[in-house]
Amino acid sequence: MALTGLFLCLFLVGHLLGNLQLIFITGEEGKVAFNEYAYFMTHNPAVKVLSYLTYFSILFHAIDGLMLTIQNKKARPTNYAMNKPNTNSSTPARYMAILGTVVLVFICTHMVNFWAKMHFTNMPLHTITKSIEAPVGQDPTTGQPVVKELEVDYVYTTNGQYQESKVSLAEMNYSEEKYEIKKGTMLYDKTSGLKVAEGLKDLHSQVMTFFGQDIKGLPSNSNALLYVILYVLSMAVLGFHLWHGFSSAFQTLGLRSKKYVGAISMAGKLFAVIIPAAFAIIPILIYLA
Amino acid sequence: MSVLDSKIPEGPIDRKWSDYKNKIRLVNPANKRNIDVIVVGTGLAGGSAAASLAELGYNVKAFCFQDSPRRAHSIAAQGGINAAKNYQGDGDSVFRLFYDTVKGGDYRSREANVHRLAEVSASIIDQCVAQGVPFARDYGGLLDNRSFGGVLVSRTFYAKGQTGQQLLLGAYSAMSRQIGKGKIRMYTRHEMQELVVVDGKARGIIARNSVNGELERHSAHAVVIASGGYGNVFFLSTNAMGSNVSANWKIHKKGAQFANPCFTQIHPTCIPVSGENQSKLTLMSESLRNDGRIWVPKNIEDVEAIKQGTKKPTDLTEDERDYYLERRYPSFGNLVPRDVASRAAKERCDAGYGVNATGEAVYLDFAAAIERYGKEQAHVQHVESPTAEDIYKLGKGVVEGKYGNLFQMYYKITDDNPYETPMKIYPAVHYTMGGVWVDYNLMSTIPGCYVAGEANFSDHGANRLGASALMQGLADGYFVLPYTIGDYLADDIRTGAIPTDTTEFDEAENAVRSHLERLIDVQGTKSVDYFHKRLGKVMWNNVGMARNEKDLNSAILEIQNIRNEFYSNVRIPGKIDELNPELEKAGRVADFLELGELMAIDALSRNESCGGHFREESQTPEGEAQRKDDEYGYVASWEYSGNPSEPKLHKEDLVFENIKLVQRSYK
Amino acid sequence: MKLNLKIWRQNGPQDKGEMKTYPIDGVDGDMSFLEMMDMLNNQLVESGESPVAFDHDCREGICGMCSLYINGEAHGPDRGVTTCQLHMRKFNDGDTIYIEPWRAKAFPVIKDLVVDRSSFDRIMNSGGFVSVNTSGNTVDANSIPIPKDDADKAFEAATCIGCGACVASCKNASAMLFVSAKVSQLSLLPQGKVEAKERVLNMVQTMDDEGFGNCTNTGACEVECPKGISLENIARMNREYLKGALTK
Repeated sequence: MALTGLFLCLFLVGHLLGNLQLIFITGEEGKVAFNEYAYFMTHNPAVKVLSYLTYFSILFHAIDGLMLTIQNKKARPTNYAMNKPNTNSSTPARYMAILGTVVLVFICTHMVNFWAKMHFTNMPLHTITKSIEAPVGQDPTTGQPVVKELEVDYVYTTNGQYQESKVSLAEMNYSEEKYEIKKGTMLYDKTSGLKVAEGLKDLHSQVMTFFGQDIKGLPSNSNALLYVILYVLSMAVLGFHLWHGFSSAFQTLGLRSKKYVGAISMAGKLFAVIIPAAFAIIPILIYLA
Repeated sequence: MSVLDSKIPEGPIDRKWSDYKNKIRLVNPANKRNIDVIVVGTGLAGGSAAASLAELGYNVKAFCFQDSPRRAHSIAAQGGINAAKNYQGDGDSVFRLFYDTVKGGDYRSREANVHRLAEVSASIIDQCVAQGVPFARDYGGLLDNRSFGGVLVSRTFYAKGQTGQQLLLGAYSAMSRQIGKGKIRMYTRHEMQELVVVDGKARGIIARNSVNGELERHSAHAVVIASGGYGNVFFLSTNAMGSNVSANWKIHKKGAQFANPCFTQIHPTCIPVSGENQSKLTLMSESLRNDGRIWVPKNIEDVEAIKQGTKKPTDLTEDERDYYLERRYPSFGNLVPRDVASRAAKERCDAGYGVNATGEAVYLDFAAAIERYGKEQAHVQHVESPTAEDIYKLGKGVVEGKYGNLFQMYYKITDDNPYETPMKIYPAVHYTMGGVWVDYNLMSTIPGCYVAGEANFSDHGANRLGASALMQGLADGYFVLPYTIGDYLADDIRTGAIPTDTTEFDEAENAVRSHLERLIDVQGTKSVDYFHKRLGKVMWNNVGMARNEKDLNSAILEIQNIRNEFYSNVRIPGKIDELNPELEKAGRVADFLELGELMAIDALSRNESCGGHFREESQTPEGEAQRKDDEYGYVASWEYSGNPSEPKLHKEDLVFENIKLVQRSYK
Repeated sequence: MKLNLKIWRQNGPQDKGEMKTYPIDGVDGDMSFLEMMDMLNNQLVESGESPVAFDHDCREGICGMCSLYINGEAHGPDRGVTTCQLHMRKFNDGDTIYIEPWRAKAFPVIKDLVVDRSSFDRIMNSGGFVSVNTSGNTVDANSIPIPKDDADKAFEAATCIGCGACVASCKNASAMLFVSAKVSQLSLLPQGKVEAKERVLNMVQTMDDEGFGNCTNTGACEVECPKGISLENIARMNREYLKGALTK
């Protein structure tokens, strides 16, 4: 429990740093940064190893926790008629299993909403609309090419470039489609049939849609407020879980001694407040933006 | 004609034990596997005996009435354990420990036994340290010592105020190891009810399983009784509630003589009685007398003012206080032996200077110690011109380090903060020097029935010095009994297992059953405690700190009355065959009601003052105890005649070849 | 003062048991809790009812025999005391007091408030000792100096009285504080280090086999422990256990 718990604490820090890009970098830059980050997290082999470790940790932590809880319940078949546990222990410490279960439910829904979409669905790609001057024909009188301002969508690709995307161009009836998208993210040259680039899934917009209210250019989401509230509540639960869990892990690993007990407990409490609070602030800001 | 043969080996005192050990018969390891030994009681003596005997290879069956062997009342000993290690280089030696113990016991103990005790004392410390007993240490990592009452050297090893606990847990751990190995079979919540004697030899016991009330037969080739002392005959004592004389009393009734029953130790530093419902008295370790000063007000008006609450003890100036121990005994001061300190407190309180509502309390004051230590610490820590507050703070820290747990205990019980106001203390029954008579081998007058620790009479004479009980218990169990019992068991290597389906076992079990039935069938109106309390009052008032012929005679009659009333009016609810604490208590009180009478008879027959036994008829003009060595230089050993009121006296003359008898003086 | 006692009555191990109410009058603040129980029992005996069975012995807080769960706390509302040292001045006139036995699978009820704590002994039998024989032929006690700090810490751990309050107050009925106190004591001393690995592995195994729950570090045991045994001991035992499990 302790090892997986502490590993998950580390995971939280990493995850938080990634998420913070959502609010600290704005505009297209932020979108690029976040989606590149999302791409990195899903494609880097080292990260892959870490992520499998994380899945394992979550599962192990949950299953072991469940088993321990069952054992612990069995260890006291008859309960006290009168019990005052609050006189000798903190409430979060006594409700770790329940807090943990809530966190687990949160993790599941969270993964369905973001992780699974990122991994398994053809999420819209990261695109940008740019105005270009395009020749739309020849002036019959002067023979000069007619240039028109056109709005063109570009796909942002993994090599950091914007590639024209097919959709808007096709609508413009300007030229035949140059590219087609296969397998969700791959841009293929239509004529040659060769892969030209890979687009980035637009997780950023997914997040913004999920938590934001009527952001320009994105579909509106009438449940955003509910989602924000649930997310914030979940973070509060996570905070309580960490309030006990962080220092408890040190105790279990035998890393707590009289000399450091104060420091560890303080660090645990700071961690339990700061990390979930920082997580929670993100959807709030998105919602308010 | 005396039937008592103490079997003291020949030779010079300092060679007796080692020569004897070299000559006694040994049992070969293969044969030890076929020999069973029963040990009743798992305190320091019983626990260490059981562990050592199992270690040697005997099959041990150990019994205790508590739910775990770790709870025996040795655990409550606070102060320390003596050993002639001379680590402090202050002139201690085996001889000096021997001498102090014999003198402290007011020359009523057996020289050879005491010398042996002093000889093995050093091994006890080695043994306990090897077992992981965390004795107090100094900053160099070596063992620390402190001083105790009645001696002029620092030879007491200690573990804060919980030395008994640590030593007992050491013995318990040695037992645990053997239980884990299957060499000891532990019977907890079992109480010995009867000794089974086959062909004149102790061959087993009948024990009652307290959980289901079943009477069980257990056989063995030898039986060791280590069931502690009988201070609870006074109802209020520092003993545990369950401490009892029953195992001793049962073997006494089967033929083991009971020696010096009137020698009881009244400990000077206990928390005074607070009310009628009090069930026990709490000891404040004697070690407190190292630093605490005992006093009462000099003027009777101040006593009254304190009782009225118009004055506080801290209001009294130095010259308004009577540090009576320092006044009367300038050379030992507050560290006089227990009997002397107790009587001095009684003397002051009888004269009306007692400082609590009942008039039975004196002060034990730490203000001077706090100041002394505070100044010392200020010097050590280079505090320039410390204020009184600094000194108090520093001194309090030192005192807290030394006695913190005792001070806290006092505070919890009395609601008074002893750092700010002096403790109130008063003597209370604490230890019984008397017990079953044993020879040099620790065998009683029943062959094969050994008695160890407080349960026997041998080493402390008429008064036990502080920190000697732990020493004796462990010496008996670890280093004496395992040798001497082998000499006896050498005859039993071909005996084979003792059967329990014999008439001797039948008779013993039937006797137990009918006794328990008799008790439960009375169905009177009063609880067991009611009789126990009445007995205790009679004992305390007449067979307590000071005794005289008239009171002793009336005590004998009163005890007989209470005993008769007990058997006609006690009420014990429940059944025999279930967990029945009232029945357990009743069995113990029934035995106390007989023992109490024997104590009074013994006290009456010993018309001298010695140690804890103070006969008002025998005192010096200054009111000090007056011993009469010519008339009473013997062990009074009582044989049960079939009627508790008519015991038969045997005498074992005490011969002192190495120590010159003098009137004890601590002036 | 007048009190309303609600006491667990259970006639035997198989009996179902229930809370019963007993009013009591004339309780004095200077009485200890067990003296109050004595008073109740004497009244019950003299009125022909069966007295309440409860464990107790030394009545000075050191034998560890007394064991009541009083008003929702092991050894009652006071700190640093056993039930026998708890005094009635901690209660007020008219109070209702719940008195229950220790509750744990490893501490089955024998009768009323009496529970069977022999599981503690079995844990000790599996390793709570130094394997030294009792011959006395060991090295001189001063031949191995032990740093005062280690000796003091070992002593503090060794002051455990084995009462079981830690198990009773732990929401998981875990015996970690009890076991760790002995493991700590012996692992801190050079005499005990020799077999430290086997000791901790064996004692923890027995503890688990006895049906105690797991430690979730709530710290309730430390608070309720009448002897103030520190959680540090559990950390030390965990350390010793990891060391033992990884290297043995």
